[in-house]
Amino acid sequence: MFDFSKNYFELFGLPVGFRLDTAQLAARYRELQKVVHPDRFAAADAGSQRLSLQGATLVNEAFATLKDPLKRAQYLLALRGVEQDPQKSTLNDPAFLMQQMELREALAAVSSAQDPRARLDALLDEIGGMIKHQLARLAVQLEDGGADQLAAAAETIQKMQFLNKLHAQAEAIEADLEEAI
Amino acid sequence: MAYSDKVIDHYERPRNVGTLDKDAVNVGTGMVGAPACGDVMRLQIQVNGEGVIEDAKFKTYGCGSAIASSSLLTEWVKGKTLDEARLIKNSQIADELALPPVKVHCSVLAEDAIKAAIADYQSKQGTG
Repeated sequence: MFDFSKNYFELFGLPVGFRLDTAQLAARYRELQKVVHPDRFAAADAGSQRLSLQGATLVNEAFATLKDPLKRAQYLLALRGVEQDPQKSTLNDPAFLMQQMELREALAAVSSAQDPRARLDALLDEIGGMIKHQLARLAVQLEDGGADQLAAAAETIQKMQFLNKLHAQAEAIEADLEEAI
Repeated sequence: MAYSDKVIDHYERPRNVGTLDKDAVNVGTGMVGAPACGDVMRLQIQVNGEGVIEDAKFKTYGCGSAIASSSLLTEWVKGKTLDEARLIKNSQIADELALPPVKVHCSVLAEDAIKAAIADYQSKQGTG
């Protein structure tokens, strides 16, 4: 059916890199889905059915990884042999962490603001801007590909994880506010 | 996942939540964060002339285990010397709170936080 040893980029026929054409990714995803869809193997032997299921799972995993900038960056680092220990690593950047703490406090205070909606929008803008900034850095660091830059990319990825958490929290508060109206 | 009674107790009635003046020379601030879960923890200690921690405050944004770990730690370090506080191991916190393996990293974060706070205090004193 297809080669299970290919990496996700090769599987989708895309160049290995952080910058990626999302329209092309989506188009290739639809094509691959058709090739491996288990419905096409309904009448086939058990071996082919199993392979098609494995293929469909792989295609879905690959798509989910490549589509999400953070997951794509983590995958690229792994491809380039940079180890990331998800459990142990503590970010060593007090200034960044202090800012995270302040933003968490600001989010917690949204509901008691004079205009909670406006306050939340301002915070969402700020967090969105920070995410964009880190993504731009990540693109440069991964493009460069030198050992120093890859190490820096690993740290940027950690910052992205904090920012995504923050953004999810802001969205949860947004949902609460809308419910209250 | 089931939290132990001790975790729930600290989570519902956290001890020593708050802030100390981070610019004061007798205050050390430790900021740590775990990227995997997005938890952030601030632990502050106020140290007297004899090198004894006379007050400790924390603020943690994270799961129940992270809050309980930092809450418990502030209770433990009060009245201890810096050298004693430095010896506290994450495994002691994890044991006391009966943290499951997937939550042990929360106690690691707390240990990192007290170490960072001590280091910050000592750098302010010029002895770090």
